[in-house]
Amino acid sequence: MRKMQSVEADSCVENRISSFPDEVLERVLVFVKSHKDRSSVSLVCKDWYSADCWSRTHVFIGNCYSVSPEILVRRFPNIRSVTLKGKPRFSDFNLVPPNWGADIHSWLVVFASAYPFLEELRLKRMAVSDESLEYLARSFGNFRALSLVSCDGFSTDGLAAIATHCRNLTELDIQENGIDDLGGSWLSCFPESFASLEALNFANLSSEVSFDALERLVTRCKSLKVLKVNKNVTLEQLQRLLVRAPQLTELGTGSFSQELMPRQNAELESVFSHCKNLHTLSGLWEVSALYLQALYPACTNLTFLNLSYAALQSAQLAKLLSSCPHLRRLWVLDTVEDKGLEAVGSSCPLLEELRVFPADPYDQDAIGGGGGVTESGFVAVSRGCRNLHYVLYFCRQMTNAAVETVVRNCPDFTHFRLCIMNPCQPDYHTNEPMDEAFGAVVKACAKLQRLAISGLLTDRVFEYIGKYAKNLETLSVAFAGSSDRGMQYVLEGCPKLRKLEIRDCPFGNAALLSGLERYESMRSLWMSACHVTMNGCRLLARDMPRLNVEVIKEDENDDTRAEKVYVYRSVAGPRRDAPPFVLTL
Amino acid sequence: MQGGGGGGRASSGSSNNGSMSTVSKAEVIEQDYVGLSEVSSSYQTNKRTQQEVEVEEEDDHGTELELGLGLGLGLGAKVKPCAWGDYCRILTAKDFPSSMASPRVSVAGTKRAADSVAQELGSNAPCQVVGWPPIRAYRMNSLVSQAKASAEENGTDATSNPNAKKSLIKTNHPPNKIIDINKKSNGKKEKGNGKSQFVKVNMDGVPIGRKVDLNAHVSYQTLAQALEDMFHTPTSIRPNASQEVEAMEEATKCSKLLDGSSEFVLTYEDREGDWMLVGDVPWGMFLNTAKRLRIMRTSDANGLAPRFQEKGERQRSKPI
Repeated sequence: MRKMQSVEADSCVENRISSFPDEVLERVLVFVKSHKDRSSVSLVCKDWYSADCWSRTHVFIGNCYSVSPEILVRRFPNIRSVTLKGKPRFSDFNLVPPNWGADIHSWLVVFASAYPFLEELRLKRMAVSDESLEYLARSFGNFRALSLVSCDGFSTDGLAAIATHCRNLTELDIQENGIDDLGGSWLSCFPESFASLEALNFANLSSEVSFDALERLVTRCKSLKVLKVNKNVTLEQLQRLLVRAPQLTELGTGSFSQELMPRQNAELESVFSHCKNLHTLSGLWEVSALYLQALYPACTNLTFLNLSYAALQSAQLAKLLSSCPHLRRLWVLDTVEDKGLEAVGSSCPLLEELRVFPADPYDQDAIGGGGGVTESGFVAVSRGCRNLHYVLYFCRQMTNAAVETVVRNCPDFTHFRLCIMNPCQPDYHTNEPMDEAFGAVVKACAKLQRLAISGLLTDRVFEYIGKYAKNLETLSVAFAGSSDRGMQYVLEGCPKLRKLEIRDCPFGNAALLSGLERYESMRSLWMSACHVTMNGCRLLARDMPRLNVEVIKEDENDDTRAEKVYVYRSVAGPRRDAPPFVLTL
Repeated sequence: MQGGGGGGRASSGSSNNGSMSTVSKAEVIEQDYVGLSEVSSSYQTNKRTQQEVEVEEEDDHGTELELGLGLGLGLGAKVKPCAWGDYCRILTAKDFPSSMASPRVSVAGTKRAADSVAQELGSNAPCQVVGWPPIRAYRMNSLVSQAKASAEENGTDATSNPNAKKSLIKTNHPPNKIIDINKKSNGKKEKGNGKSQFVKVNMDGVPIGRKVDLNAHVSYQTLAQALEDMFHTPTSIRPNASQEVEAMEEATKCSKLLDGSSEFVLTYEDREGDWMLVGDVPWGMFLNTAKRLRIMRTSDANGLAPRFQEKGERQRSKPI
């Protein structure tokens, strides 16, 4: 029936872009996987649009409110895998009140009838309840992969439902969620006959699971490639698991802490030496120098080392890194200090991504350059790691000169996120604003897609960004700028901008309204604690009917200020599930 | 996990030296950039033509960093300054008093009367910035709970994990986090830092005891090493010849005091008068409770409490 439709519509050969029948086109399109490419494909012509609709099996929705489940299922009938993102990113930092929305349940209800063969669901910043998880587990018999990142609203009971009912589960990935941890019994809900698991990540859960059940699970799941356990798993237990699963490619250790006899230490080292397939290692919450060396044999093929929960010192890091010649991604705590970063620079020539997290973000002793990492560590890394293209760097001091040096050494940055932890802190040496630093970044890094700025910043930095950041897609701004011009520079430039998130900046209605034409080509705009008023938002809403202009109103008394503004394009119209504190204008 | 505050503070960042005035100026600018200063003097005003910048000169509040940013939670010149690290925490919507109606945004270049802000909050309002630095709530919570755990144990072993203690294998290994403990106590402003804490040390077979300053040490390792040195030197060994030989042999084994491979073990008497094996509790806790030390023959050490539990729960069992 469908084929006849398209034949009728485009029966004349000259009208068709290609002379292939639709089925062939669909077969070809299967190989186009990235959703951006798929989007492009669907825009070529009607035939291609249709072919894309029928052949698409995976859909990515960056803002769950930009489309409704009904519209989605109408367009794409054959979806097996859905990725959904919900709340604005600043909700990770508690800037969005609870019960804001992004509830998965209404989606699941529609999916249950339209996509009974749904296999994968990956959610980020969505509200997920235990009822939803149970509903999911019971409604989709072929369900395979569940990934929940930064979600909230559910408890371990929901996980128990998944474990109990999803007979074909291959992946369960629970990361950094606001989960109500009621105990570890959920893991014991996997039936004894269940053996299909390939990836299990419960590293961020706090309750202890039955080790017995875990060991049996690991033993019978022969295809298990990813195992990330939580803190309660001891070193000895980890060892036993590794003996069962030497084929692991990704390992999240437990606490990596225990008192072992020397004999056991040697055994541990031996076990790790059999884990030659590991390319990703994380966890290590309580790692001590004593046992760290047991890891070395397993590090030969490591490409991603996540030490962001392990308070290592520089010497320990240096020794560990010397065993990891192929490292491409490294996450560390700033306990390693500049010296540790020097070791990174000298040991990791292939490094592409570095993230340095603060171990103690509020350490008052360290303010004013007392602790963590500084500009010199940053420079040291850039000297040795010329392939660096992703950096997330939390520090307490930085200089313009250092950043200029860094991007001179590494001009290929695609993601540059620098967080000088004291808001409005100027250049540590010259006391000038940090405008020139980020100016250097956008000038030198033509491929820059994501930028997060910090420190003392005037409108100048935005002038640079607007002028030079031609490929910038995501910009995060906090405590920066001096006037509306700042934001205007960005909206006038940055042709590829998709996400703009701003907090605590002196941008008002003039700035907001200067972007009228831009917002429809962007995913979203967030402005909080700026100078925008309700009237400004109303103007925006009136002039741009296809945008959802939402104001989060927590303060009942003040009618004029728009404390938190969230603007996004949508084909689904205004939200129907908005809580009372979200005003849609 | 509080390594961030650990040792080497003075050395990190060569710009630290001699830059106190710079730092304070930076802080002062920072104060102003939230529009809280009242005194006007020019500082780099010419460089920033688009904004009004008024900067205080050295103010006599000292160099305590004030962070009164956004959300109107800053403190003005009239208010007692606070280092923002003291009180920063993540606020949720619940923390916002419903009466906070006045404009809260104050950023670069905006002048706002310090008075109104100060009045709003009272003079002892803590400095709080919601959601800053931008670290996911999950990570922040795990850092906070680790920090709390360490604070409860006087800032040393940040990860006193009861699960680790559950291990059935008892050894006399030194505590796991030697190096972390090192870093933790180094430079951290803990009470007792700088004050000496001398305790008597007696070794079995050596008639004269010594004294050692616990506060001069940062870990069990260094303490054990010091004790080994102390009891190894000839001057500490009394004249009795046979005892001297014996003592020297004993002394060479001091360095193995902690790992259980020598004939001796290091023990301490705690506040309640019980003798415990050294090395089982976090260093900070040990500092607080140790009254004196004794290098005891292992054979005499049977029956010592090997694990520090709550006093009521402590079990007596034989050490390995």
